[in-house]
Amino acid sequence: MNSEFTKLFELIISASLINNFVFTRFLGLCIFFGVSKKMETAVGMSITFTAVMMISAALSWVVFSYLMVPLGITFLEIIVFIGIIAGLVQASDTIMRKVSPGLYYKLGIYLALISTNCIILAVPLVNAGEKYTFIQSIAFGLGSGLGFALALIIMASIREKLELADVPAAFKGLPMAFVITGLIALAFTGFSGLITL
Amino acid sequence: MPTGLDRKKIALTAVFLVLLFTQVAFAGVGGGIEAKETVDIVPLVKWTLVFLAGLGIVFGAGLAIAAKRFAVQIDPRVEKVKDVLAHAHCGACGYAGCEQYAEAVVNNPDVSPALCIPAGAKGAEAVALITGKKAEIKEPQFARIMCQGSTSKSRKKFKYEGVIDCRAAVLAGGGDKACAYGCLGYGTCTRVCPFDALHMGNEGLPVVDITKCTGCRKCEQACPKKVIEVLPASRMVLVTCHSRDKGGETKKSCDLGCIACGMCVKVCPFDAPAVQNNFSKIDVNKCKVCGLCVAKCPTKAIVDFIPSRSKAFVMDNCIGCQICTKVCPVDAPSGEQKKKHSIDQIKCIGCGICTAKCPVQAIDGTFNAQEVFAAAAAKKQKQTVAA
Repeated sequence: MNSEFTKLFELIISASLINNFVFTRFLGLCIFFGVSKKMETAVGMSITFTAVMMISAALSWVVFSYLMVPLGITFLEIIVFIGIIAGLVQASDTIMRKVSPGLYYKLGIYLALISTNCIILAVPLVNAGEKYTFIQSIAFGLGSGLGFALALIIMASIREKLELADVPAAFKGLPMAFVITGLIALAFTGFSGLITL
Repeated sequence: MPTGLDRKKIALTAVFLVLLFTQVAFAGVGGGIEAKETVDIVPLVKWTLVFLAGLGIVFGAGLAIAAKRFAVQIDPRVEKVKDVLAHAHCGACGYAGCEQYAEAVVNNPDVSPALCIPAGAKGAEAVALITGKKAEIKEPQFARIMCQGSTSKSRKKFKYEGVIDCRAAVLAGGGDKACAYGCLGYGTCTRVCPFDALHMGNEGLPVVDITKCTGCRKCEQACPKKVIEVLPASRMVLVTCHSRDKGGETKKSCDLGCIACGMCVKVCPFDAPAVQNNFSKIDVNKCKVCGLCVAKCPTKAIVDFIPSRSKAFVMDNCIGCQICTKVCPVDAPSGEQKKKHSIDQIKCIGCGICTAKCPVQAIDGTFNAQEVFAAAAAKKQKQTVAA
C-alpha cells in the first residue's frame, strides 16, 4: 500500500517536473504560446486542461485495456484516442453549457482549443505504452496537467512583465517567448536527478 | 446493365473476398503491439471494423443524446445582434465582450440598444430594429487630450531613462514632467487604442484622429495621468489643462497651463466655465461653443477644436431689429433700425451667438447656422401641426 502511494507520487512528480511536457518533451507549444500572454487566460486554460486530461486518460484506459487489447487492435490507438478525446470534449462542451453556463463562459473557449492538442493525445498514448494501471493513468494525467499549468503560469507571469521590458525590435513578441522557453527548459533539466531509481 | 452503385458493390465484394482468403505474413503493425510471426488479417480487419463502427455509433449516439438532453435555447436574435456590433471587444458598453452585450441587449428589456459606441448610430439603429427597442440617438464622442504641455512648451524635472511607457514612467516619482498633471508623452494611449485613432505627434503629445476615434474610453482608462477625457463631439471649446497647482507654479512648469485667472468666467455669456481646484473647467452642458474664452485666455490654455471658424453675414430677410448688435460680444454687427444690418468681417470671431438670437434666422455663415435653421424649421412645423 505504502509503496503504491510512493509510486503514484513519483509518477505525478515525474510527469509534472522531470518530464514536463512543455519544457522537456516540447509538446503542446501552440497552446503554450497562444494563451500565456495573460495570467487570467493561463489559469483558465490550466484548469480546463488538467480536468480534460484526467478524464480522457481514464476513459482511454478503459477503452484500451477492455476493448483494444483483447481484440488485438492496439495499433489503432492514435485514431481511437483522438476520437475519444474529441467526443469527450464535444460532450462536455454541450453538457457544461446547460448545467453551468457560468463555467461555460469562463472555460468554454478553451475547450474547443483542447480537442486537438498534442499533450492531451500524448497522455493516453504514454499510458498505453507504459502499461499503467487505471489509478496510475489518472495520476499521470493529473501530473501532466499540473506540469502544463505550472509551465503556463510561469510563462504568463514572465510575459506580463515582458510587456514593459525594452526588448530589441527583432525579438519582440514570439521570438523572445521562445528564448525564454529555452531558458526555462534549461532550468527544468535541473529536476532530472530528483528521483533516482 | 449494372448501375454505378451496383458496380461499386461488386468491386467492394471482390476486394473483401480477396482479403478473406489471404493470410499476410509479417503485417506491419506497430504501436504498442509485439511483432508476431503471422497476423490473421481476417479477424483483424473484422474486429477493427466492428470496433471502429461500434465506437463511432456509441459516440455518435452519446453526442446526439447529449445535444438533445442538454439543448440550450439560443435566441437567434443574439447572433444577429452580434453581427452588427463592432467586434472590437473594447468593453465600452460595460460588458465583458460583444457576445455578453448581445445576449444582455436581447434578453434584458432595460439594456439600451445604443451602448455599442464603436458601432455608432447605425449600429444602434440596427440593434434596436432586431430587438424591437427604441434607439435614442447618441451623439458621437471623441477622446480629447487635456494637455498642451509639448516638449517645447513645458519643462521637465529630471531625465527619465526607462521603459517607454507612461504607466512605467509614472512609477518613477510621478513621471519626468515638471507639471504633475500633464501628459507624459510615452504613448501608452496610442498602444491601447483598438481603432488606431491615436498617434504620437512630433511635440511629444498624442494626436486624436477623430475620423477613427469611436469614444470607447480605452485610452481614458489607460492614461495614468488622466489627461484624456472622452467628451461629446459638439463640445469643441475646452480648457485643455488639469493642473491643480497654483497659477505661479503652473506657469513655471508649462507655458500653456491654466492659471485659474478667471478671465473665461468673466467673459462667458453663458456661465459655462467655473474655476475650481486651481483650474477652470467648462460645463459642457452650458457651453454654446462660441469661443469667446478662447480669444481672451491669457495663457492659451483654452482650445477651440473647430479648425477654422467661418464668419457671420446677414441675409436679405433681415428685419432690422438690432438684436444682433446688442448680443454680439465684439460689436461686429451694425445698422439702423428697420434696415438691413451688416457684420464687420474683421471684428467677427464666428461665435454664432447672433445666429442663435436672430428672430428671423437672417444670419448665416457661422458654425452653428445649419443647426439653428433646422431647429427653427422644426419648431415652425410643430406650430403648424398644432394649429
